[in-house]
Amino acid sequence: MHIPDGFIDAGTSLGAGAVSAGGIGVALRKASRGLSEEQAPLAGLVAAFVFAAQMLNFPVAAGTSGHLLGGVLAAVLVGPWAGVVCVALVLGIQALLFADGGLTALGLNVLNMALLGTLGGYAVFAGLRRLLPATPTSATTAAGIAAGLSVPIAALGFVVEYALGGAGGAPLGAVLGAMTGVHVLIGIGEGVITALTVRAVLSVRPDLVHGAAGLRPPAAVVAGTR
Amino acid sequence: MRRTLALIGGGLLVAIGLAVFVSPWADPDPDGLERVAETQGFAETARDHDLEDGPLADYGVRAIGEGRLSTSLAGLVGTLVTFGIGVGLFGILRRRRGQADMRDHAST
Repeated sequence: MHIPDGFIDAGTSLGAGAVSAGGIGVALRKASRGLSEEQAPLAGLVAAFVFAAQMLNFPVAAGTSGHLLGGVLAAVLVGPWAGVVCVALVLGIQALLFADGGLTALGLNVLNMALLGTLGGYAVFAGLRRLLPATPTSATTAAGIAAGLSVPIAALGFVVEYALGGAGGAPLGAVLGAMTGVHVLIGIGEGVITALTVRAVLSVRPDLVHGAAGLRPPAAVVAGTR
Repeated sequence: MRRTLALIGGGLLVAIGLAVFVSPWADPDPDGLERVAETQGFAETARDHDLEDGPLADYGVRAIGEGRLSTSLAGLVGTLVTFGIGVGLFGILRRRRGQADMRDHAST
């Protein structure tokens, strides 16, 4: 979902950049408060994993591919604010080193993927965790559903930006329908990958999973690590 | 902490493995946004990237041309760079939290 330069006009791109800068500033501050000695290098790993996973495009429809966004995965593992920082870091590296995602469009991409997708998805995860029983299976399911929704949420960010300053004059309704449709499909892949990865980490080090707080029975007992 | 470092090492190997061995086989079709741009007619509004002549642009190592090895190497570099910057950044964030805590305690 990396927006190249040119799709969205300068004013909207700048506005998104300002919002993103503010959002990342908040995330950096809040992330620093929650970091244990172990979670700092773990967050670095999560960022590296998101980078690698984003290279793995998979087919979703004829002539169309998708790839992991990774925001909810990061948020469930290291907390929502560190998750935001992880995704933003990946986006910055992609734009600067790999010419993936425009430079003036970086604010748009950070807003859509690192902020809207990650925080919106995490809100769904937190809500589901409150509703569902506190078991590792429910947490995994919640992560999968939340991740699946995070992708169309991020896509809606693009649609709004396109409405405000999009180039090419495409009809908004068509863009909305097309973006939502394909990104719901990509979200299915995102949900499956996220759920599998969360389950894997829960089975070996549940204590390191931020989103696993308060699970009963303690996943550590299930994994036999006590 | 040692167990955690072992997990992190293992996780990094998984990430590197994906970037090096799986990424060359990734689906080359345009992603969702690109496809929508094509079908809705605004794909041509995309401008060339300012850094498209960079050594790693488009996930390939320019010096060795295109192809699977190029993609693998680019993936390896990107994963390691992200890991290095990430660990450094979160390490700095942790240290600043320690300083903020000390300031809070000093003022009480």
